[in-house]
Formats: sequence, C-alpha cells, structure tokens
Amino acid sequence: MSEIVVENLSKTFLSKDGTVEALKNVSLQIESGDIYGIIGMSGAGKSTLVRCMNFLEVPSEGRVLINGKSLGDYSEKELRKQRESIGMIFQHFNLLMQKSVLENVCFPLYIQGKKKNAAHARALELLEIVGLSEKQNAYPAQLSGGQKQRVAIARALACDPKILLCDEATSALDPQTTVSILELLKDINRRFRITIVVITHQMSVVREICNRVAILKDGVVADEGLVSDIFTNPKSAVARELILGDSGNDLRIKSSNTPEEIQSGEKIRIVFSENSAFEPVIANLVLTFGEPVNILRADTKNVGGVAKGEMILEFLKGSTQTAEMKQYLLDHGLAVGEVTDYVE
Amino acid sequence: MWSEQVINMIVKGIGETLYMTLASTFLGYLFGLPMGILLTVTDKDGLKPNAPIYKILDVIANIVRSVPFLILLIMIIPFTRIVAGKSYGSTATIVPLTVAAIPFIARMVESSLKEVDPGVIEAARSMGAGTLRIVFKVMLVEARTSLIVNGTIALGTILGYTAMSGAVGGGGLGDIAVRYGYHRWQTDIMIVTVILLIILFQLFQTIGMAIANRLDKRK
Repeated sequence: MSEIVVENLSKTFLSKDGTVEALKNVSLQIESGDIYGIIGMSGAGKSTLVRCMNFLEVPSEGRVLINGKSLGDYSEKELRKQRESIGMIFQHFNLLMQKSVLENVCFPLYIQGKKKNAAHARALELLEIVGLSEKQNAYPAQLSGGQKQRVAIARALACDPKILLCDEATSALDPQTTVSILELLKDINRRFRITIVVITHQMSVVREICNRVAILKDGVVADEGLVSDIFTNPKSAVARELILGDSGNDLRIKSSNTPEEIQSGEKIRIVFSENSAFEPVIANLVLTFGEPVNILRADTKNVGGVAKGEMILEFLKGSTQTAEMKQYLLDHGLAVGEVTDYVE
Repeated sequence: MWSEQVINMIVKGIGETLYMTLASTFLGYLFGLPMGILLTVTDKDGLKPNAPIYKILDVIANIVRSVPFLILLIMIIPFTRIVAGKSYGSTATIVPLTVAAIPFIARMVESSLKEVDPGVIEAARSMGAGTLRIVFKVMLVEARTSLIVNGTIALGTILGYTAMSGAVGGGGLGDIAVRYGYHRWQTDIMIVTVILLIILFQLFQTIGMAIANRLDKRK
C-alpha cells in the first residue's frame, strides 16, 4: 500500500475574474521511504498539491489517502490529529519570530499536550539532530536562512512524523546552504525512514535528492517516474524544458574521481567569447605543453544576450609551466581568471 | 493666584485624568480585544470565516466610531445614568469613554492581528493547531509589538477624550482647563493644565514605546 495516494484530485479557486483551475485530475502514488519530487514552473499548482496532502487546502474533487485512509473522511479534530504526523517546512521558514529557537521547536509538542520539561528535552534532541544545539536561546531574527530552515526542520520532526512535506524549502537559500539542507533531508529520510515530498522549481534539487519525480504543468501531471528515467528520457516538452533549464549548474561538483596526480593543482576559470570558440584551444594547449589539464566544469551561459563558454581548468599539481600556459590561453583570446574558492 | 487651593485642585485633576484614562483603556481592552479578535477570525480570510458575525461587529464598530466623542458623550447620558448611577464626575465619564474606546481598540487589534505573517499561521495549522491556540499562542504573540504600540496610541487618544469630557463636568485636567481657562478667562491655569496633559501624553508614549521595543525579538 502506498503511503500517500492522490486520486483524481482537482482544485478550483474562485477569484475576481472567475474560477481558476489550479489542479486538474491529478493522480499520484508516493511509497513509504520515497523522496518524491514535484517540480513545475511557478503557477503550475505544485504548492496547492502539497497543501492538499495535509488538507491545508481542501480539494474540490478527488481524494487524498494517507496510509489508505482518506483525509476527507476525517472530522476537523481527527484531521488536526492526523496533521501532527505530517511535518511541513516552507520557503520562508514561517518561524515564530517572537519566540526563541527552543520554544519554536516546542510549539508542536505543546499541541500534543507535552509538559514544558518533556518538550524542552525533546526539542534539545531535535536541535542536536539539525546541528543547532548552541542556538537554542537565540531568536529567529539572529539566524541565517539556512539555520532558520534547520529550526523549521527540527520543528517539523518534533512529533515523529511519517511524512515530511517541503514546500520550496530551499528556494530562498544560496547554493551552498541549499546543499547542506538537502543533505540534512536525505539524512533524515534514511535515519528515520520518513517519506519526503519535495516541491521545487529547481531541477538540480530533484536531481540531488529525489528518487521519483512528478512534473506538473498547468495543474496536470505531464511526466512521472524515476528521476533517472525522466532525466535520460523525458517524454513531455515541459520535462525537456526543465532539464535543459538546469544548465549543468550542479549544486555540488564532484571531482573525487579526478586522478590523484592532478588533484589540488592550481585552478583557473576561462571564458570563451564568440571568436575564440572555433579553435580547439584546450586540445592545442595540451599538445603544445605536453601536460594534461583537468576540466572540472564546462558550461555555456547567456550573458547579456551573448552565449559565453565557461570552463574551470585545473593544472597538474606542481606544474612549472602554469604561467606559460595561462599566457598561451590569453594569447588565444580567452579571458583567464583565478579560482580560489572552488571546493567540493 | 497659585493658592494651595488651586494647586490641590490641579493635583486632584491629574489623579482624575489618570484614573479615567487608565480605567477606560483597561475596560476598552476588556471588550475591544475580544471584539478585535472576533473581527479578525470571522473575516473572509480569517481562521473561521463567518460573514454575519463579521458584518454585525463591523457595522457596530463603524457606527460608534463615526459619532464624534463629544456628541456620543451627551447622547448616551441615559445609559451612563443606568450604569454609573449619575451622569457627571470621573467615574460616570468612564462609561462613555469605554463605549468610544471599545470599537476604536477593536479596530486597532484587528489591524495588528492582520499584520501577522499568514505563513506562520499556516505553519501552525500544518502542525495541527486549533483556532484558539493559533489566536492565543501565535497571533497575539507575534503581533505583540504592534499591539503594544497601538495600545499606546489608544491611551493617548483616550487621554484626549478625557479632556473633552471636561466640557460636560467629567472632572480631570480637561474640566479645569475649560472652567478656568474658558469660563473665567484664567489663561495661566489653562496653560498649566495643557502642559500637564502634554507631559502625561509624553510619558505614556515613551513608556509604551520602550516596552514595545524591549519585547520585540525581531531585531
């Protein structure tokens, strides 16, 4: 039995200019232990869909089943009880700004009727898990975005949920922080066997942690399946669009497979402009100097309407020719820059 | 001119003004806070939308707020007599002051509570919090600073109203200012009472803002 089943779900909103169909006949199955991505452009209905999974939004049609039980059959009180077992985190963290970190994490515990001492003890355990023990007395305003999201995660885990819903949880964070939050989510998924639903517009997030993905467009599921399958063989136009939009800007660049001899050598960033893109500069460089270089990353970027090629190169460790090689690249019309903070 | 009698009268006036201001602000919040909460909760985007309740409270608030205080003061004299037993003096004046303060305070509470980030309320709902818990543990806590700032404004406005009530024998500094300054042409006494009112107002404002800032954890 699937942990979360969404059956023929439709959601219509009434607005000033008539009705808006946010979701049209959406069906999904999410298995226990999945990290399930729901991706789409803004306005695709993904936030509405995730809110239907804990009935923050009540669907217009269709059902949502959690472990075989339809949320629509619950009374208001039973629904609140059910929500305690479904954690949720948000793009803007939604912490209580006037309460300390510790009290924020205690909030759901108080809802469960826990006494102050028991709640504090549990909250401290959770802060330990997310790595924020020393911030227990701080207020959210004193924390960085990533730290706030960690507090929100601790809060969402307080009641031992079976499911964690993440609504654009990393969209307000910088790439490094995004990576650390995604790692935390992955860890939580493994350690506590929590099923995670990730709503995002970033393909890189899906690629990083999800095993399955549904692609939503205009309230309809356009593509659904294993992430690896969708990646190699996207069936829908929107899937192709999202994958192409994900221009290889990996959240984390792995160079651990690089042969040892050229690891930790000097790194440079070179940029090809239009006229230098025709010549095989790198190949010629290697032939001229008889020394390998490692291409850590290659990318094209649209800079002010012009396509620019960008590469991160790493020279052989202890190479004596780096100065000449850089000059060679400059002579061939490339922009060369130092890279100092390029780490895994 | 500055006989002991006058000084005693002014000291008594300060006491009466403080008594009227603080008592009616307290009573105003006793009824205005629940009214403001109800207005917020029953509004169409609120936690428990309820159009009839919202509309009734909305109309009551608008009617009372649209009557100028001086007229309200006179208009509800029969009601004041029923509640306070007489229609003049500081204690009786608390009745119209409270009547005027309730909808004013309710509106300010409503606006403070509506400033609370809907995301935080949504998060509380996602954790299974019920309406009462959200009101008392989320909205009132998150809106704390704004509520105190608005409380300071309410206090200042009611202080101004107490002076108006002096015109119909309400007592306090306003009463002294009207009787001596207007009816007897003793401008100096009027100026002294006005200065005292300014000092009181400054005091309320400074203390209120200091408390609001101290309790605000957002910085």
